[in-house]
Amino acid sequence: MTNSYTDPEDLRWKCHKCDMFLSVGPASLTYMGKTINARLPVCPQCGFVLISEELALGKIAEVEQLLEDK
Amino acid sequence: MDQNELRLLESGCVQEEPPECMAACPIHVDVRAFIANVSQEKWEEAWKILRKAMPFPGIIGRICDAPCKEHCKRKEAGQAIEIGMLERACVKTQSPKQRIYPLPKKDKSIAVVGSKLSGLTAAWDLSRKGYKVTVFESGSQLGGDLLSIKEEILPHNVVREELDILFSLGVAAELDSSVNDENFLEDLARRFDAIYLGPDYRNVPSGLKDLKGVFSRGFLQYDPKSPVWQAAEGRWAATSIDRFLQKVSLTSGREKEGPFTTRLYTNIDYVPYVPAIKPLNQASGYTTQEAIQEAGRCLNCECLECVKACSYLEKFDSYPRKYVREIYNNANIVAGRHPANKLINSCSLCGLCEAVCPEGFAMQSLCLKARRDMVQKGKMPPSAHEFALLDMQFSNSDQFAMALHEPTYESSAYIFFPGCQLCASSPGEVKSVYAHLRKTMTGGVGLMLGCCSAPAFWAGEEQLFEEQFSMWQRKWADLGRPQVILACSTCYNIFKTYLHEAPIISLWSILDETGLPHDFTSLKDAVPLALHDPCTTRYESHLQTNVRNLLQKMGQPFVDLTAKSEYAECCGFGGLMQNANPDLAKTVINRLAGRSSADYVTYCSVCRDNLAGAGKRTVHILDLIFLKDGESDPAARKRPGWSQRQENRLRLKNDLLNELWATDRGERIDHAGPVLNISSEVWQVLEDRRILVTDLEEVIHHAEISGHKFYNPDSGHFKASLKLYNTTFWVEYIPSDGGFTIYNAYSHRMEVSGKEGQ
Ligand code: SF4
Ligand code: SF4
Ligand code: SF4
Ligand SMILES: [Zn+2]
Repeated sequence: MTNSYTDPEDLRWKCHKCDMFLSVGPASLTYMGKTINARLPVCPQCGFVLISEELALGKIAEVEQLLEDK
Repeated sequence: MDQNELRLLESGCVQEEPPECMAACPIHVDVRAFIANVSQEKWEEAWKILRKAMPFPGIIGRICDAPCKEHCKRKEAGQAIEIGMLERACVKTQSPKQRIYPLPKKDKSIAVVGSKLSGLTAAWDLSRKGYKVTVFESGSQLGGDLLSIKEEILPHNVVREELDILFSLGVAAELDSSVNDENFLEDLARRFDAIYLGPDYRNVPSGLKDLKGVFSRGFLQYDPKSPVWQAAEGRWAATSIDRFLQKVSLTSGREKEGPFTTRLYTNIDYVPYVPAIKPLNQASGYTTQEAIQEAGRCLNCECLECVKACSYLEKFDSYPRKYVREIYNNANIVAGRHPANKLINSCSLCGLCEAVCPEGFAMQSLCLKARRDMVQKGKMPPSAHEFALLDMQFSNSDQFAMALHEPTYESSAYIFFPGCQLCASSPGEVKSVYAHLRKTMTGGVGLMLGCCSAPAFWAGEEQLFEEQFSMWQRKWADLGRPQVILACSTCYNIFKTYLHEAPIISLWSILDETGLPHDFTSLKDAVPLALHDPCTTRYESHLQTNVRNLLQKMGQPFVDLTAKSEYAECCGFGGLMQNANPDLAKTVINRLAGRSSADYVTYCSVCRDNLAGAGKRTVHILDLIFLKDGESDPAARKRPGWSQRQENRLRLKNDLLNELWATDRGERIDHAGPVLNISSEVWQVLEDRRILVTDLEEVIHHAEISGHKFYNPDSGHFKASLKLYNTTFWVEYIPSDGGFTIYNAYSHRMEVSGKEGQ
């Protein structure tokens, strides 16, 4: 399963180490032994992933709840 | 929980028991639902409810003698509902179309002798069950005496219409039959598989009555003229005949066939007295408007005592009998979603339900047991209680926990254990109390700081509780097992249950006995406060009395917030409700805060802080006792936030060690963190999301050292994250004069990873 959760605003951030703007790239989210692949804003060089407030409190919180209640 | 336990628990809640009226009705018409429909002018629905239980509602509805009425609960607050008159008003309205679906035809035939309501009812029931029924009547028409009732009461055409329905089911009638002939019964016995002899059939030759397959009226425990009793008798006979022909037990499961005493409890304490509606025209009965009004007096009897008392039970939209089933099902789900997790984890385990329930149903035991079960099976959602458990572990770590004899003493007659939350909320008062105890008590008053481990208990973490609690016990044993003085009633409950060998005494009992630290002339003109008893004092009425005595001695007037000592309400902290369901905890505290417009006084620091957090002016009794001259309004003190609560504990230990035990703990106290500028809006965000200042510091520290952070050229903000415990925290900030300004913070539990060089 691959979902894209990127707000254009997220791509206004730069990876401080690599000095590069973020772009949408592959990332994986793991919780309670389950891994979900998604496309998220990441540093194109080092792969550092940005999780926005909206994503953390929205979709991620929802999925966490689902996995916890499994 | 197995099936038997489930049943037993379910039967402990009487909400689904029938109301008095329905239980008393010989044919168990659902009177409550019938009346509810009448009151809403849903005449068709009302009709349908009558039809469900009542044979020939057009007839019985007009002449029912309503033996249910004298059992109606309304008579305790006015007069009984005029159920019979409501039935009449209903059946005078247009009857809705009906379709009857009899069971498939059976090859057995039955004779019904007599066509009073009992015979007709037996015929009606048996024909719908698929039997071939023939009614024998000595007269020239069916329904005999029904037709002798006055036309205004029971119009003949109504009787005819109802009987037509009977014939449409294929019931045959033999009129003018010589039912008194010598050979009549023997003849029937040859022709039919079973015979019902109606009550009007008097000439039963002895011997025949006991014949297999012959059923006749039971004992006369009722008025044989009562139409509804006649119908009931016919119905019971039909049931017996059906069972006889199906060759199943004639008796099993029939205990509640006739009127019975219901277990349903309905509280009428707050029901205003309202007399019955009198019809303007007695002879013609209620007009529809009058009927609607009268139906409006029905109490719609039900229990729900616990649901009325508890926002949690109310929030989940049902009642304990249903919750038992949901929790049982939840435990038996192997794979897939567990829909009752939230239900199980949201209860504050306060026990108010048990105190108000007529049957003593204890929802808290059910929820705690379910939590323990989930923990054991590894099915407890990790996020449900984590924050509180980490806080407990902080309290029991060296950062806060300690156990020492009174300075200069080698042993202790007492130790003072203020509990974690009083220290988190009012460290200054802990010092004052400790000073007072050292002055008034002899034999040495040691001090122990820590947590009683109630959070682990509430979370269903039995092993963790055991481990933390025995740690406490060892320290206490090392001090020589002194008597334990407690300032928190949660601690009191835990210790009372688990520290059997320890003599415990509440601070309130000590103060009540030994007297107050000074006199309280200042309170002479005080306005009355509303006294909130913490839920953990529900069955500790001596503590409630101690506190009342103290207020009296101080001259502080007060009024009780609840009518009975067992009705003390929870502030939402208990059972970790606040962790598992913060929204519900808000509802709970707002409800408690709204009980009175007076300022509150209480004697639990968490109640005090939660009330203050809900904007309710509240003092802790210690605020009153140790109020210093010139100290500002303690009821206005804000609830200290999560970070402050940890900071207060750290400082308290440090201060006490420095001030009393002259131990120089040096630099430990200021954890050398940078200055954080946090606006009040961001503070609120941190509070709501349970993010501590120490979390922010660690994230920023890590980002600044490693350089792993994001930068936004538009705003100039940095954003960084770090995983601490099981949570990843994100902080948005900019460096500002020697410290950092915080713009936002949030967290999640999923672990994120990206891929290099994509
Ligand atoms: S108080 Fe609650 S648990 Fe007790 S019988 Fe009534 S509805 Fe059931
Ligand atoms: S008040 Fe209503 S529900 Fe209660 S017993 Fe009377 S008729 Fe039945
Ligand atoms: S919160 Fe209290 S009153 Fe409500 S169900 Fe739980 S134990 Fe009972
Ligand atoms: Zn990078």
